[in-house]
Amino acid sequence: METGTATVKRGLAQMLKGGVIMDVVTPEQAVVAQEAGAVAVMALERIPADIRAAGGVARMSNLELIGRIMDAVTIPVMAKVRIGHVAEAQVLQQIGIDYIDESEVLTPADDRYHVDKEAFTTPFVCGARDLGEALRRIAEGAAMIRSKGEAGSGNIVEAVRHIRAISDAIAELRVAPKEELVVRARDLGAPLELVRQVAHEGRLPVVLFCAGGVSTPADAALMMQLGAEGIFVGSGIFKSKNPAAFARAIVDATTHFRDPKVVVEACRSLGAAEAMPGIDVRTLDETQLMATRGT
Amino acid sequence: MRVGVLALQGGVDEHLDALARAGGQAVPVRTPVELEGVAALVIPGGESTTVMKLLARIGLIEPIVARVAAGMPLWGTCMGAIVAARDVAGLAQPTLGVLDVTVRRNAFGRQNESAEVPIDIPALGIERFPAVFIRAPWIERTGPGVEVLARRGERIVMVRQGNVLATAFHPELSADTRIHRFFVDATEASRAVPGKRSDAA
Repeated sequence: METGTATVKRGLAQMLKGGVIMDVVTPEQAVVAQEAGAVAVMALERIPADIRAAGGVARMSNLELIGRIMDAVTIPVMAKVRIGHVAEAQVLQQIGIDYIDESEVLTPADDRYHVDKEAFTTPFVCGARDLGEALRRIAEGAAMIRSKGEAGSGNIVEAVRHIRAISDAIAELRVAPKEELVVRARDLGAPLELVRQVAHEGRLPVVLFCAGGVSTPADAALMMQLGAEGIFVGSGIFKSKNPAAFARAIVDATTHFRDPKVVVEACRSLGAAEAMPGIDVRTLDETQLMATRGT
Repeated sequence: MRVGVLALQGGVDEHLDALARAGGQAVPVRTPVELEGVAALVIPGGESTTVMKLLARIGLIEPIVARVAAGMPLWGTCMGAIVAARDVAGLAQPTLGVLDVTVRRNAFGRQNESAEVPIDIPALGIERFPAVFIRAPWIERTGPGVEVLARRGERIVMVRQGNVLATAFHPELSADTRIHRFFVDATEASRAVPGKRSDAA
């Protein structure tokens, strides 16, 4: 019997495809998410919009809170560690979390290096803004990638930019002549072996979700049409005026993203409930941007 | 002879690929109309609470149950086994109830206990199948007419009851297509039996 193999680590992400992973800060919210059809929850002390508002240093969440959320639901539970904080990751593995998110939403612990994720039995998901970043994280052992977007902004533009950057770069590799791949690997800052694999298969070797800015059912359907295999929703649900309705509507729109009729029904099911307030990302200065943390 | 893969959520593409590699013609099934066009159905791995809700919302529960009653081959892997089962131990979770077993969810543990384990399936003549278990269930009770096909240690991880097959593991995640080939063959055989209704709801 072998645990912690690439197959089982990547395999759990494969079983989450087509689904929505929701940020929750209480066991009650976790139940709301599960009832709405979430495939997993991300256990947090504060959702990204509140982390953004609070400022200061954001760290791994309280273990007692994470434990109560794990007890409250039967779906997988994920939690975040700071970029490069190997000890926080060891702690989460020890308490039996199902997936670790080495996340730019928290304040980075290491400004040069990420965690060696191959050393863990627990699988990791990491954010990426482009193909090179995605392949560097996979080389470190990430078993799932999410496009970063700009967390807590309620603005989909960065998520679109990042998923397009990844998809476009994959499309270019697919048609690139073999002799170009060494130079392209150098330019991407990614291992040649992974670049060759992506060129051959036309997709990342792990599941690709989208994150950072999804706040309506139509946002979710957009990201799925752009090639995301599933959706992370952070602030978009529990910062809306009707979390249960938003959660269910975003799940429906993600499942049936090809069918505008279902997306219409999902939008209508919200009635007059408002989505979370949004931020024009161009008004944020460098110190307020999360996506640029960890490259 | 088209084999459908329920494509609401989960490891759909992996089954479509594996069925194709096993010589089958596989198509995704998302609606009652698409279900009418297939001779058999695979319910993949995924999250069972999520998929039961999605099945109910799209009106697929009754059509699937009726087709299975009429003889359509059904194969559930991991979540699919949970969805097919009569009931779920310790949880009041809705299921299709087309397989007379009780399953226990996440019975082998959380993700850190997910593992690759070789298992033997004597009734199918398969030795050392590289079974991938991910937050896997086991089968705790089997009703009359349910045949145990494989165990991991003491625990039941593969069963068959008439036209319904269930595995607690994920054959679609390994390169080995022997179980997929068995299901494709069983689908063809079910259509070849004279007088057996398997194409009408």
